[in-house]
Amino acid sequence: MSKNPFTRLLRFLFFAVVVRAVILIALGLTVRHRERLPKDGPAVLAGNHNSNLDALAIMSLMPLRLLPKLRPVAAMDYFFTSSIRGWFSTNIIGIIPVKRGSGKEGGNPLLLAEQALERGEILVLFPEGTRGEPETFKQFKKGIGHLAHALPKVPVLPIFMYGLGKALPKGSALLVPFNVTVSVGEPLYGTKSYNEFVDELEASMNKLAAQEKLPVWE
Amino acid sequence: MTTILGLPANVVYFTAGIYALLALATAVVLFMRWRNPGERYAELMARTDSWWWMIGAFTLAILLNQTVAVVFLALIAYLALKEYLSLVPTRRIDREVLLFAYLAIPIQFYWAAIDWYNMFIVFVPVWMYLFFPALMALRGQTQGFLRAVGTLSWGLMMTVYTLSHMAWLLVSGNRVSPVAGGVGFLFFLVVLTQFNDVAQYCWGKPLGRHKVTPNVSPKKTWEGLIGGIATTTLVAGLVGPYLTPMDWRWSALAGAILGVSGFLGDITMSAMKRDLGVKDTGGLIPGHGGILDRVDSLTYAAPVFVHFIRYFYFP
Repeated sequence: MSKNPFTRLLRFLFFAVVVRAVILIALGLTVRHRERLPKDGPAVLAGNHNSNLDALAIMSLMPLRLLPKLRPVAAMDYFFTSSIRGWFSTNIIGIIPVKRGSGKEGGNPLLLAEQALERGEILVLFPEGTRGEPETFKQFKKGIGHLAHALPKVPVLPIFMYGLGKALPKGSALLVPFNVTVSVGEPLYGTKSYNEFVDELEASMNKLAAQEKLPVWE
Repeated sequence: MTTILGLPANVVYFTAGIYALLALATAVVLFMRWRNPGERYAELMARTDSWWWMIGAFTLAILLNQTVAVVFLALIAYLALKEYLSLVPTRRIDREVLLFAYLAIPIQFYWAAIDWYNMFIVFVPVWMYLFFPALMALRGQTQGFLRAVGTLSWGLMMTVYTLSHMAWLLVSGNRVSPVAGGVGFLFFLVVLTQFNDVAQYCWGKPLGRHKVTPNVSPKKTWEGLIGGIATTTLVAGLVGPYLTPMDWRWSALAGAILGVSGFLGDITMSAMKRDLGVKDTGGLIPGHGGILDRVDSLTYAAPVFVHFIRYFYFP
């Protein structure tokens, strides 16, 4: 992320004005268990992924005071397809890039994410790895388990969201207003094996989803 | 009519009265909490807080000027429609269709703003009613067609159409009310309908025994309903002559009509919520629920009051 004060101001204005206005007027969030959100970093906010707005919605839950510490983790191949998109993703959204599939080549794809947590930052990430079909779950990838296992003292909060996949699903550029329900789960810690952690997180996310009465969307 | 800052004087006095009543209610709630500290009154406190916000926004927007007022009322209809469309089952294919449904809001409120009654009164129940099923048919997915058409038509009527009657009353009321203009009519309608909700709650809470609709809204009792309507009728008879061209008898009758129609709007929305299996329609207003939970009684009271006034008082 840029150290340039002008870019940092742009980022602040983008989140304080544009993102908040869109979320307030076009969407409207109903947040359950807001008190569970971390008061400071380091922490991981793990959401289900349906829409390009997911990261912005999760980031809007946190006070603007913590904005400099908020970093969404995102796939490099998707966000660095052009230089403008790359600049915007890095400097305004503030993403930490992950090279998809690099774990198989022996590298640690989440190295930058680990370093950010060590600096006390708050990561927003999507364990499903992709947006997939709107408003359906995909099996969680193992990355979140490795990350939690490497830093077992960092709380990982499951955040279940419903509605953003209807408002702006994959493959559409047209935003249709829908209310969004956001339910924050209890923090989990990677004290056991990474596989167990992923299962635990997935179960927690499913539990949050089961507590909501969701309308049919087919 | 006498004016203060360009507003009918009676409306200004009435607004001051609303704030005095709100301050009194807040003092009572604070006193109750002071006598009995703890979580017991947290909900009531949140609800009272929200009343300050709602009454603040409403009075400010309505009194600022007519354009702001109409935009504000359109915004309420938009939030209500958004809440409704987020609650009911919808089809993926209708995503873009729903965007058109939102576009109906500024158009409908425009007819109200220019006081074109004939277009205002047919736009949703005729033109939109015909337009959306045809659009859905043209898009070609027949599965779930009837459900999609039914829910969208009812939703547009219950949110956009009914609530837009407030805007029409505000604009056209100026023609027939030398006492306090359209704004006097609108205050009479909205304030008394909301007052009636609170009055029914205040009568029903300590005295309620006999349920009116045990399957739909189990908290509604005959004691609350009758006490609420009687109180609203009395208050309407007292304030009506100052806000509208009605004398005290007609005002009291209008108050009773608001009480009954408000109750019907309330239980109609409750029936919808029961069917969908939700308790509140949203979380926009702390202590109250969603916006539809707050304007449910107005969805019936607004059109009923407008047609009552139109029949007896418009040339």
